Amino acid sequence: MKRQLGAFTLGLAILLGLTLGPAVQTPAQAKTGLIMGVTLEPPHLDPTAGAPAAIDEIVYANVFEGLTRIDAQGQVKPGLAERWVIEDDGMTYRFILRPGVTFHDGAALEASDVKFSFERAVADDSENAQKGLFSAIDSIEAPDDKTVILKLNRKEGLLLWNLGWGDAVIVDPASAADNKTHPIGTGPFKFVDWTQGDQVRLTRNPDYWGTAAALDAATFKFIPDPAAQVAALLAGDVDVIPNIGAPEAVAQFQADPRFQVLVGTTEGETILAMNQRRPLLQDVRVRRAIQHAIDRQAVIDGAMFGFGTPIGSHFAPHSPAYTDLTGVTPYDPEKAKALLAEAGVAPGTKLVMKLPPPVYARRGGEVVAAQLQAVGFDVDQIPVDWGQWVSEVFKGDHDFDLTIVSHTEPLDIGIYARDDYYFGYDNPAFKELMLKIDGVSDPAQRNTLYKEAQRMLADDAVNGFLFQLAKVAVAKKELKGLWANAPIQANDLTGVKWE
Amino acid sequence: MAGFLIRRLTGLVLTLLAASAVVFLALELLPGDAAQILLGTEVRPDTLAAMRAQLGLDRPAALRYAEWIAGLATGDLGVSQVYHVPVWDMVRDRLAVSLPLAVLAFILSTLLALPFGITAAVKRGRLADTLIMGFAQIGLAVPNFWFGILLILLFAVQLGWVSAGGFPGWEGGVGPALGALFLPALALALSEAAILSRMVRASMLETLGEDYVRTARAKGLSGSRIVVGHALGNAMIPIATLMGLQFAFLVAGAVIIENVFYLPGVGRLLLQAIFERDLVLVRNLVLMLSAFVVALSFLVDMAYGAIDPRLRRAT
Repeated sequence: MKRQLGAFTLGLAILLGLTLGPAVQTPAQAKTGLIMGVTLEPPHLDPTAGAPAAIDEIVYANVFEGLTRIDAQGQVKPGLAERWVIEDDGMTYRFILRPGVTFHDGAALEASDVKFSFERAVADDSENAQKGLFSAIDSIEAPDDKTVILKLNRKEGLLLWNLGWGDAVIVDPASAADNKTHPIGTGPFKFVDWTQGDQVRLTRNPDYWGTAAALDAATFKFIPDPAAQVAALLAGDVDVIPNIGAPEAVAQFQADPRFQVLVGTTEGETILAMNQRRPLLQDVRVRRAIQHAIDRQAVIDGAMFGFGTPIGSHFAPHSPAYTDLTGVTPYDPEKAKALLAEAGVAPGTKLVMKLPPPVYARRGGEVVAAQLQAVGFDVDQIPVDWGQWVSEVFKGDHDFDLTIVSHTEPLDIGIYARDDYYFGYDNPAFKELMLKIDGVSDPAQRNTLYKEAQRMLADDAVNGFLFQLAKVAVAKKELKGLWANAPIQANDLTGVKWE
Repeated sequence: MAGFLIRRLTGLVLTLLAASAVVFLALELLPGDAAQILLGTEVRPDTLAAMRAQLGLDRPAALRYAEWIAGLATGDLGVSQVYHVPVWDMVRDRLAVSLPLAVLAFILSTLLALPFGITAAVKRGRLADTLIMGFAQIGLAVPNFWFGILLILLFAVQLGWVSAGGFPGWEGGVGPALGALFLPALALALSEAAILSRMVRASMLETLGEDYVRTARAKGLSGSRIVVGHALGNAMIPIATLMGLQFAFLVAGAVIIENVFYLPGVGRLLLQAIFERDLVLVRNLVLMLSAFVVALSFLVDMAYGAIDPRLRRAT
């Protein structure tokens, strides 16, 4: 017996020595590369063929570029187009391409590539998830190598913004078909390899047309589990997590001198959507009662550990067109009860709330449910995955009363003008207002109209407007140039460097 | 022996056919559409329809099932709908992580369970027994992912000996690869070892009480000769069954541990494929795991037959 135990101990010791020995870390040397931990692995790497933000989070601005680009402040900046002229009273856009731009396979960027890219995006067999971005484009001409002329079928005040999206990047006809697995763009980083389930590696593009990237390599590691993200940061396995999945761990990093915490804004309006196909929720008094029942700050504190900004309508607080309407239907449970009594809603009325996977929905749902229960509703929380959410809530029979979701598309107040959208809001006056905005190109005038639109939604208590999702990044202290805000879902590494 | 084999093999094939039908049906009934998940909420209806056609989702379910089974018969698992990579290629890469992980966890769990279980049985009622069974109780109660996090905090965060997770690949050498698998294997092994050691103890106690053991003692054999030479062999039959089941669990059930240690294994692939409604990938993975479990229990059965000739006729 003793011999056996001895052999076992020896075996374990050998195994430990064998396995732990070589993994002991070597002393740190000056860093030139970056390892970024991202939550989701993309299904493929072609941003023009699919919706998942996980694609853009790797390739946008790093591997692929568009005619325009969206910068850290959410402003439209020249991208592959050096400049542009708007002619014909806004019906024609003439873009002049930068000289000396090449794709990663060496092919030169020409105007015909732009024509190819946009025509490919809207083709019948295209898998582009945002064909709407191009809907105002009537025809594309490439009179010479460096000039692209877009003729529009209607005025489109957002055209330059739209062309800055990942779905509108410029691809090379020769390599476009393989971009899903081997992306070839014009950006400051070239694709190296993708170990599925593990990581995507990029390397600096030495032939980049602009200022070369300071980092010589970038690795995106897929770490879905929030606890694993925290451990990976603490152990030094990753240098930055741009969207940390564990808001509860942020205080720990704020107190740790090795790390910096960047809290920024996103385009994500997080709402308690109400299905207005349900007779109960058609009644504006009931919707207002629900909004009065919600203590927004309590939802932010409970679900997001304080990260987030309360909103009173469907608009991002950092936008110049934003107006604070949180006071229109403030937290007031007594008023909520009174409104419900007035509308004849009996205490104990059941509401089905479907909750997709993100923490804002699952944890937020618990807080909201408790608040609604306090004014007399009986809320049934049903957790769903995204596939289920899309087919049951967003599409199909719209089988839900309430759901919590963050609308992350930039400037997306227009969804309230859509026919048969999932929450079923139908207001001709709002639709008219949206049409009016489309025809206005003066920014000041547009902002005034946007404010009017926000107020209309707040007065109508279309949905329970909860909070603007925050972007919370944790990075090593020496890392500079990271985006604090997320005007689009991307991790632009162009300006990132070690100090 | 031939009859026994044929009966077992037929049962195996029928079990797998039944499993394939259940998997396929479950995926058909599951709400959610791969094309929609891929293309998001802003997609135009015609683009969505084109994608559905490309994925083959517009064709009747019965036809797709038949094609799948026909493909399987010729060894063709198809291509992942989401990743556009042949299913077998993806699975092979993931097995290169999951199988070694399972084997390592299996070895660790056996190395822990056998000596401790036997010691507890031999020292029944004494301090060693109480201590070992006390630890086994804790091992059973502690969830493996939590134990995994503790291991990470100690060995990766505090001591900095290993990475908190990830897998460097076998190309970088056996050492670093095994190093990356050691903590997750240990986390997996703990609860398995706890279960197994209790089984070893119970089974040993039973055989140690048998007449032939008393006879052996009467002959004057030493304690260790009795335990190893006489009792252990017979005690192994129920233990082997449990070990077979445990190994199957270690391959198929490492989903959570693979997430905690962000290992690119089969479990994580399956989870991801379910979320993305990659029907081709999910159904093949589930079927492969079923086949693995069925084959393993088949092997365990065969091992019985080898150990105990009576079982060949009885089954």
